[in-house]
Amino acid sequence: MNVLVYLDSADGRVKKPVYEAISYAKKLAQSAGGQVHGLVLGASDEADLKSLGKYGLDVAHHVDDARFSSFDSRAYSMAIGRFIEANPCAHVVFSFNHRGMALAPRVAARLDLTYVPGAMALPAEDGTVVRGVNSGKAFAHVKANKSGMVLAVMSNAAGLLDESAEASLASFDPGLSDDAFLVKVVKVEKMEGTIPLTEADRVVSAGRGLKGPENWGMIEELADTLSAATACSRPVSDVGWRPHHEHVGQTGITVRPNLYFAIGISGAIQHLAGVNQSRTIVVINTDPEAPFFKAADYGIVGDAFDVVPKLNAALRTHFAA
Amino acid sequence: MNILVPVRKVPDTTAKIAFTPDGKSFDANGVQFVMNPTDEWYALVRAIELKESLGGKITLINVGDADNDQIIRKGLAIGGDDAVRIEGDARDAHFCAKAISAYAKDNAFDLIITGKEAIDDNGFQLASMISEYMDWPLISQATRLDVEGDIFHLSREIEGGHEDIEVSKPLVVSASKGMAEQRIPNMRGIMMARSKPLNVIQAEDASVASEVAKYALPPEKGDVKLIDADNIDELITLLKNEAKAI
Repeated sequence: MNVLVYLDSADGRVKKPVYEAISYAKKLAQSAGGQVHGLVLGASDEADLKSLGKYGLDVAHHVDDARFSSFDSRAYSMAIGRFIEANPCAHVVFSFNHRGMALAPRVAARLDLTYVPGAMALPAEDGTVVRGVNSGKAFAHVKANKSGMVLAVMSNAAGLLDESAEASLASFDPGLSDDAFLVKVVKVEKMEGTIPLTEADRVVSAGRGLKGPENWGMIEELADTLSAATACSRPVSDVGWRPHHEHVGQTGITVRPNLYFAIGISGAIQHLAGVNQSRTIVVINTDPEAPFFKAADYGIVGDAFDVVPKLNAALRTHFAA
Repeated sequence: MNILVPVRKVPDTTAKIAFTPDGKSFDANGVQFVMNPTDEWYALVRAIELKESLGGKITLINVGDADNDQIIRKGLAIGGDDAVRIEGDARDAHFCAKAISAYAKDNAFDLIITGKEAIDDNGFQLASMISEYMDWPLISQATRLDVEGDIFHLSREIEGGHEDIEVSKPLVVSASKGMAEQRIPNMRGIMMARSKPLNVIQAEDASVASEVAKYALPPEKGDVKLIDADNIDELITLLKNEAKAI
């Protein structure tokens, strides 16, 4: 029983969250004595693909077709469908990132498989897969009614394998005609030199306690020291102090970093819903009654304008040592 | 421009989450339900703005029982023209997507737009499954949607930035923050909503792809460790040795 992993890529390199998906697929396949096949659509790099053997990939199939340079979930779903026709796989694994979220449900609908979004672990002995629901306030143990599953996996769902193997390479042609490609990307804007919030291991987030957008310099400096992404609370993005894409919470984006700093954020339940799956939470707030302290691992009751520069200096000393 | 807007009923963002003693179902006791925020604030409001500039019609569609009529009426009060409710349990996304697409195929829509995720399900899956059953393109987590003739111009979120996109209609869109601003229904809208059509239909295919064997609550979080603001080094030590986070 083989397992397929979609190898999401950007600028010809497979994205980091996919490594976890590969290791997840390997553990799924191993339990049934199968292999892990990966499919990359569009530009790829041979050495990069071979190196994925380290995480458990057996064969990397590359589709060298420039028409895949614009992400079009319909064309991508067709290509994955054609691949499965030629190379039967019981399950298909994605990473639960932007493209995975768009593409995996399509593939599940196309192949008539059960879809499990945001899988947090491998299937349990009874076959159920656990995932977060109600914005991190609960878990659902999902039972599949179909013969196979499409799983979009979260970080830390299976742990990264570290094998001394190289993936073998194969090329694949899904044979799509031009009318399969309908979406045209006309412009890509990426913020250079910053870490994408959804991929960050560490996040430094700030709220109204900062008093104004002109005070974000110390937040950015702290983020820089920690190699962290910056984020903010909803009121701050609503008044335009920070861009919408930094808004973390129930109606913004959900993050799950190893370390989350909340500075001058009271911790409304809607904000907590977007961060409560972080591994370690540190809260800095002047108000000892701020609800965020109840969700925190470590807290400092104090003024951000006093604490943050001291914290930054101490961290710099720590990282320099 | 004829637009179909799937809307979902969800527990209010501040609701206390609990389950029945057997762990099989959500405990709705004392819970206030609302329209899913991203469906309402972003998808529905942008649909209304497009209709206001281009003309056409907005149909709301929902999967659920008669308890859902309250949030459907709210959508009609904000600016939907008519509504369809498909009888059934909205927990399985395959079922919902199949039933909504079956309705959409029988009616001529140019655009299907819904919120990027439901705040109770968090699966980011409905729009995507609908697009596959429709065999239409999908732009997910879109922050902008404009129309010029038969061409849609959109922006969508990607890791660390955004992309601008062009695609012809018909199209499925899942909407993110930035697409529109929340609207509060006025008294005239609320009065008019009472007489707008709300048709109840049955799903042809009642099969589900998944079931929830059991719901569970996360373990209680331990007490916060408070550190004195004058003793930052203690925090560094804890982050390093205890949390192993730096």
